[in-house]
Amino acid sequence: MSTLRTLQDSLGRVGRSGAHWSVGWWHVVKVGALILVLALSPSTYDRANRVALARHVYLGTAPILPWFALLSALASLVLIRIVIVTALSYGLSQYALEMMVRVLVLELIPLTAALFVALRTTVPSGAELIRMHARGDFEPLQRAGIDPLRHELLPRVVAGVFAVLMLATVSCAIAMLLAYLAVYGFTLGAFAGFTRTLGHIFNPGVALIFVLKTVFFSLAVSLIPVAAFLRAHLPSATRSGAELESLVRLFAAVLLIEAVSLMGNYY
Amino acid sequence: MDDSKPPTPLPGPPAPTPAHLEFKATLLLIVLLLMVGAAAIYLSYARGAFESTQQLVLVADDSEGVGVGMDITFAGFPVGRVRRTELAPDGNVRILVDVPVKDAHWLRTTSVFTLVRSLVGGTNIRAYSGVLTDPPLPDGAVRNVLRGDATAEVPRLLADARQLLQNLNAISAEGSAVNDALANVKAFTEKLNAPGGAMGALLGGDAQAAKLLSALDRTNTLLARLDGLAAKADTQVFGADGLMRDARATVQQLSVMLGEARASLKRVDAVLEEARAVGENARVATTDLGALRADVETSLRNIDQLINEVNRKWPFARDTELKLP
Repeated sequence: MSTLRTLQDSLGRVGRSGAHWSVGWWHVVKVGALILVLALSPSTYDRANRVALARHVYLGTAPILPWFALLSALASLVLIRIVIVTALSYGLSQYALEMMVRVLVLELIPLTAALFVALRTTVPSGAELIRMHARGDFEPLQRAGIDPLRHELLPRVVAGVFAVLMLATVSCAIAMLLAYLAVYGFTLGAFAGFTRTLGHIFNPGVALIFVLKTVFFSLAVSLIPVAAFLRAHLPSATRSGAELESLVRLFAAVLLIEAVSLMGNYY
Repeated sequence: MDDSKPPTPLPGPPAPTPAHLEFKATLLLIVLLLMVGAAAIYLSYARGAFESTQQLVLVADDSEGVGVGMDITFAGFPVGRVRRTELAPDGNVRILVDVPVKDAHWLRTTSVFTLVRSLVGGTNIRAYSGVLTDPPLPDGAVRNVLRGDATAEVPRLLADARQLLQNLNAISAEGSAVNDALANVKAFTEKLNAPGGAMGALLGGDAQAAKLLSALDRTNTLLARLDGLAAKADTQVFGADGLMRDARATVQQLSVMLGEARASLKRVDAVLEEARAVGENARVATTDLGALRADVETSLRNIDQLINEVNRKWPFARDTELKLP
């Protein structure tokens, strides 16, 4: 009997965790759809919401952009130097530039930009949103005729997406500039060859995967942390567990996107 | 605990709102859009989207290592890009290459295309144009590509190297021709270093060298004797009672004898003159004899006629008339 009970308990736990896991992802999809509908709705962009959107976009991007650009440039410089020295020592310097662009621009920079934005912007922002919801801060807004979803949720998601795209774009540009300078020096004579190499690397498939990957990174780090607010009515302990769970889910999603993009690029 | 807190009437932003917030946010958005747009245009340019091209079809038997986007190089500079590879119905590989019009003048009708696979690194397609004044390659031209596979050469190279090493081993082995030759050279140089070695080495042995030396000594002796012989002959020939003086006397006697002979010959000439006069006389006599003979012949002819006349007379007459039957 006890064995049967244990089996039943195990099956019940598995079922509950599976359902819980499914509900979590369902919330993400639901928030995504909600955001999409709100973003496409013209009534979203009234004066108050525009200000809120501008505030979140600016505060979510501008403070972290210089730091991330600086750190990214330093890390890129180190990697570029390592790759060039290694390639030279093996007599394969003609492949150094291609390898740098593939490693830095295609793989590392979008990933680090997404994680940086998640840790600095979207996760705190999502936690704040959940706390606001739990505190019932949305009710005064509703009483004042302001839709909390348009005023609080949408700007945070849009700010997260924008921050990832902005950081990735700026850092990629800096990394490519540094790679050019490291390989060719301060001359414009090699620009044609550099352009041709980039043309080789960014064939349509690779470019599409790069764009999709960056967009999905930005969506993942923006949607998953705020999706937990749908469970904000739960008790506080469960809410904390949900926040932690959303963080794990965020890293799992980023890892999955990276793995899929690698498979698309190299298999 | 947070749940028990009374809700704030209208939660404002926790941080003070920066000045010109909307402008800055719009600026950020524009910067992002510009950067993304510029990146898209730059990558399209890098992919050759804005340059007019002409097509070149390279036919190869194997497309291993050839990928879309690969460069065709001329003198190390890219002049084209592989757009597509496809399998032709005859089993060959058609490599469709886009050549920018601005670079097409490097490719001529006589250009040669090679597909080279190196040991390290990728495959390269190279164009070689020997005569740049030939007509330019037309659009859509189909050319065969020559394959040069470095890895395919390795087994042959190894076989050649092995053969070479075997030959070297055979050459340097004990008892080989080169070793024997070197031993002979060593013996030769040892002989050269020995006293009188060069002559012995040239003649093939010490005994022969000794013979040559002995022959030289004897030749010297012979020459000394010849010197003495020559001195004696000089005395015999040119001395006071030498052969030359007798010869001179003999020559004088001969001269006298020649004078006498000349006088005798003059006398013989006179005798011959007389004989010639006798001959002339005899010739005149012979002429007279001719005339005499003519007279005699005439007389005889007359006698003959006389006899014939007598015969025709009677009783000696004969009927000599010939009658036809």
